[in-house]
Amino acid sequence: MAVCIAVIAKENYPLYIRSTPTENELKFHYMVHTSLDVVDEKISAMGKALVDQRELYLGLLYPTEDYKVYGYVTNSKVKFVMVVDSSNTALRDNEIRSMFRKLHNSYTDVMCNPFYNPGDRIQSRWALLPVSDPVQVGPAFCVLLPSFCRTCLAILVAKMQPFGKQGRKGLFKL
Amino acid sequence: MSPTQWDLPVELCCRPMAFVTLTGLDVVYNAVHRAVWDAFCANRRADRVPISFKVLPGDHEYPKCRPKRTSYEWYIPKGILKTGWMNKHLNLVPALVVVFYELDWDEPQWKEKQSECATRVEIVRQSLQGRNTKVAVVLIQKKTPLPPGEDVIASERAAALCNACELSGKSLFVLPHTDHLVGYIIRLENAFYEHAQTYYYTEIRRVKSHKEFLNKTTHQLLFVRHQFKIAFFSELKQDTQNALKNYRTAYNLVHELRAHETNILEIKTMAGFINYKICRLCFQHNTPLDAIAQFRKHIDLCKKKIGSAELSFEHAAWMSKQFQAFGDLFDEAIKLGLTAIQTQNPGFYYQQAAYYAQERKQLAKSLCNHEASIMYPNPDPLETQTGVLDFYGQRSWRQGILSFDLSDPEKEKVGVLAIQLKERNVAHSEIIITLLSNAVAQFKKYKCPRMKSHLMVQMGEEYYYAKDYTKALKLLDYVMCDYRSEGWWTLLTSILTTALKCSYLMAQLKDYITYSLELLGRASTLKDDQKSRIEKNLINVLMNESPDPEPDCDIFAVKTAQKLWADRISLAGSNIFTIGVQDFVPFVQCKAKFHAPSFHVDVPVEFDIYLKADCPHPIRFSKLCVSFNNQEYNQFCVIEEASKANEVLENPTQGKMCLVPGKTRKLLFKFVAKTEDVGKKIEITSVDLALGNETGRCVVLNWQGGGGDAASSQEALQAARSFKRRPKLPDNEVHWDSIIIQASTMIISRVPNISVHLRHEPPALTNEMYCLVVTVQSHEKTQIRDVKLTAGLKPGQDANLTQKTHVTLHGTELCDESYPALLTDIPVGDLHPGEQLEKMLYVRCGTVGSRMFLVYVSYLINITAEEKEIVCKCHKDETVTIETVFPFDVAVKFVSTKFEHLERVYADIPFLLMTDLLSASPWALTVVSSELQLAPSMTTVDQLESQVDNVVLQTGESASECFCLRCPSLGNVEGGVATGHYIISWKRTSAMENIPVIRTVITLPHVIVENIPLHVNADLPSFGRVRESLPVKYHLQNKTDFVQDVEISVEPSDAFMFSGLKQIRLRILPGTEQEMLYNFYPLMAGYQQLPSLNINLLRFPNFTNQLLRRFIPTSIFVKLLGRLRQENCLNPGGGACSEWRLRHCTPAWATEQDSVSK
Repeated sequence: MAVCIAVIAKENYPLYIRSTPTENELKFHYMVHTSLDVVDEKISAMGKALVDQRELYLGLLYPTEDYKVYGYVTNSKVKFVMVVDSSNTALRDNEIRSMFRKLHNSYTDVMCNPFYNPGDRIQSRWALLPVSDPVQVGPAFCVLLPSFCRTCLAILVAKMQPFGKQGRKGLFKL
Repeated sequence: MSPTQWDLPVELCCRPMAFVTLTGLDVVYNAVHRAVWDAFCANRRADRVPISFKVLPGDHEYPKCRPKRTSYEWYIPKGILKTGWMNKHLNLVPALVVVFYELDWDEPQWKEKQSECATRVEIVRQSLQGRNTKVAVVLIQKKTPLPPGEDVIASERAAALCNACELSGKSLFVLPHTDHLVGYIIRLENAFYEHAQTYYYTEIRRVKSHKEFLNKTTHQLLFVRHQFKIAFFSELKQDTQNALKNYRTAYNLVHELRAHETNILEIKTMAGFINYKICRLCFQHNTPLDAIAQFRKHIDLCKKKIGSAELSFEHAAWMSKQFQAFGDLFDEAIKLGLTAIQTQNPGFYYQQAAYYAQERKQLAKSLCNHEASIMYPNPDPLETQTGVLDFYGQRSWRQGILSFDLSDPEKEKVGVLAIQLKERNVAHSEIIITLLSNAVAQFKKYKCPRMKSHLMVQMGEEYYYAKDYTKALKLLDYVMCDYRSEGWWTLLTSILTTALKCSYLMAQLKDYITYSLELLGRASTLKDDQKSRIEKNLINVLMNESPDPEPDCDIFAVKTAQKLWADRISLAGSNIFTIGVQDFVPFVQCKAKFHAPSFHVDVPVEFDIYLKADCPHPIRFSKLCVSFNNQEYNQFCVIEEASKANEVLENPTQGKMCLVPGKTRKLLFKFVAKTEDVGKKIEITSVDLALGNETGRCVVLNWQGGGGDAASSQEALQAARSFKRRPKLPDNEVHWDSIIIQASTMIISRVPNISVHLRHEPPALTNEMYCLVVTVQSHEKTQIRDVKLTAGLKPGQDANLTQKTHVTLHGTELCDESYPALLTDIPVGDLHPGEQLEKMLYVRCGTVGSRMFLVYVSYLINITAEEKEIVCKCHKDETVTIETVFPFDVAVKFVSTKFEHLERVYADIPFLLMTDLLSASPWALTVVSSELQLAPSMTTVDQLESQVDNVVLQTGESASECFCLRCPSLGNVEGGVATGHYIISWKRTSAMENIPVIRTVITLPHVIVENIPLHVNADLPSFGRVRESLPVKYHLQNKTDFVQDVEISVEPSDAFMFSGLKQIRLRILPGTEQEMLYNFYPLMAGYQQLPSLNINLLRFPNFTNQLLRRFIPTSIFVKLLGRLRQENCLNPGGGACSEWRLRHCTPAWATEQDSVSK
């Protein structure tokens, strides 16, 4: 599993960073920050390509002695960076890809949260899972969208009912 | 820096080249030999063969060759590779020894010379005893040799010489010392190179031949050694492909060796050497990926081979060196044309090298913390007899011992201690910083700004550890803004913490304060207790006391720092620091906001300064001042509290100078704007907040503009985007995020309290003096002074309008071109409250169309604002659009005396000019008079009196006039003859007496004048009576210069009898007139056709009766003869009544006729 996950805003400030070995958090912060060099370079190289066909997954950003850093960029230029232990050979490209996809889904859920203001740092205030565990990507990003928010969303959807199907659709498209 | 234990040996890093020695050359005293030597060693570029030359005396002792072993059975090697081996084959044992000897073919004492040469060769052979080194002889000759085969003596003597020296013919060369020395030398070189290659080939064969004697149990080390030697000889032979192959095999063999704590260093050292060679050759073969793969493999294999735990720093040092060496190789390859990319460049290897160097430092720190009392062991276990080790990578105190058991643990202990103590003296930070700066240079090249920043942070931290605080601060300060601008607060905080320590240890006041300010601010992620500590320190500093030392600082450094701080306190001098905050995120935030985007000059300008502190404890500031672009206002916006230095901490929550954390403090400022600033912008240029006071130390935070620091713009954006509802706050408090900075306001003039009315009667008529009545009424409470009026055409309209519009105050005279279009600043005096003033304004518009007129009234008034008397200038303007139209239309037409429309007039024949004046004005017009000014070519038939004097025309009414004119003959004029001008004098009926009359001049159209040859006019009464003689006289005038033949006939009519010439033919002289008298006798009453007169001009067939009919009447009214009227009838009018005659068809006559007939 990943040792560090980061969500970086379009303007390159961190929205969310969690790492498992909490004692050396700073190292991962630096690692994520320096990996943005490569992300920037890749995005600018990609700029010319058609928007629809663009691959969101950026692949391995750079290897260090002990860790591998992978990148992913959403259409709104929000970047996801994941640091994986180099020794973990079980994680291949496909696994990383699916982890990113899950992360993206969770992020989208957070964006749908009516109490979340896009651009704010993601405070996992509603964290149902302990923070020490966020890196097991699958359930980890539930940190970002706890059931509390889902309930709120459901209430909102219910309130939208009078507006008919379109209202619902509109909300989900958000 | 002297080479350390970990540096790769020079002979490993250089490119191996065949070694050839030259003997018999006296390069010091012999010019010819000198030239030969120079040709060999000068200009050794890539196109020359790779040979390293050395000049040695003929009797030089070469290293002795050990006797050849016949059996390896009992031989146990003591190590992998001897330290001297590579150097021996690079610089000591030649592949070829060349004997130079001066000898010409025609040498007279040939025999002696030949034997001397042979002796020399023999001496060389002696010293090379047992080696396969080749020997060659070069004869330096003065003469150019003849082509081979031609010189019989030469070939004979050459053969003899070869025989004498026991040389093959291939090893004998001739070097003629002539012009083409370099060319000969290059050919010689190539020949030498071939010999050298043969030599190395045999060497390889020789080494390979040992292989079969080896066994795997005792000779494992030899396998590696031999493989390495083969590869090295291949390299000397310049066979890099085979060299690479053999090195790879050697590399694998090294890892097959049994590793133990005692020999791990040797294995690693050798593995490092071979790896270096492989990578180097891979880069040389332009296969960088192979090089990288090999290096990765090497690192993976060796990473875990730490060896002795007590000396684990050695492993880190070795790893660091591996990375550094690879980085150097990579960088070298790039310099030779390889392209690197962002994610694969030497920087990463330098960076990794630095990491290992850091690790080495850490390990050394924990392993080498011996008491100071422990002395370096004596005798030095690291000393060897020769000063160098015999084998690479062995311990000096147990060289050549292969046993895995430690034979002498005591000795081992001492050795380890010696190494540890030595490690203590290594300047680790220096090594780390060098590596990091190498990496920085690389990352800068490959577009990795963040990586570069990160490494610079590490460099800064390393400098901090190395106690070079100035450099540390410089580096940290440089990168801080990168992290700040990207909002990585965690990283920024960690950098700031280090920077704060540096500034504390150097007692740098300003830096210390700046970093404290930021660490207390919202960008810092420090815990509250840390923040409290920093705040306390900051307050101490402000009170001119020493701060507490930062945690985790070196104790000795703290002691020095405390002294420095004590010095600072005692030092008198400037204790005020101004710190601009826009480049960082201080713990006090400031926002300035004017209450309105604009203020009238008579109301005070008000603005708020909002302050918010983010520090954990309340803080008191001593002074707040605001600066404006107009500095005169600065004095009004200062808050100062005279407080003593020690009060900073007392009563912290009271007073408005105290900032409570998290609470927004609002400070209201008010000042009256200067009247000169009306229309200008007032801007807050800076806000200065002073912390501390002058008796202690004072820090002035300076916000440029209306506040805001490095982070606030992003926060403002975020707040604007947010749709969070903010909880309600008690009155007088606001949410910080909801405050939007407004740093400038406009000063606008006071609202005028007067009314301006315009009274006029639109539309204006062209050229008239259009009257505009301006009424100004004051509604002010006090008297207004200096009322001025500006009126006229509004500027900014069409330029033609400006020229065709004139404004005056005097309506009694017409204004001309000299009058302006806009009257400015007409003083109208003072006005009391409620007083009204009326001003008449006359506008003359020369062209039709709409115009905008502006009336602008300005005045001065005294106002009291904030107990201050100010004179305000107010103004009010009023615009009005006025349409200008033509007052009337004038139509002119020409008709004949019979009111028939005329296309052209005939010379000398009277015609009528009719004018028609149609009023187009919505207001009544009075035509004062009209006048016809005839052109000189026109004459009038009767007086030109105006017929429309003082006629009043309402809208749509028209006035007509008729003038009888005559045009004398002028000959044929192209385009007609000018008629003259028609001048109408008019005014509005409503206009006052003294308004001047406007004269409108209308140019009459030109007429075409035609001459006719004969003019006939009839002289006949206006009516006739039945059975009463009616005398008619026809005048025939010849208008030509010729005698005219005229045929005249009168056709009889039923209504008349007549007497006179019925048919006649006569001649009329030029310019004369012929009269024809007829007496008509009407027979019937009524409107009767006269007997028609037919005239035929023989000369002018064009002159038809049709034309004639225009001039003479064709019918006449005949009355019945009445008894009572007889006497009247006898007197039928005079010549003057021609007009009446023309108007014979008016209905009035008919009615009269009817009544008469009754």
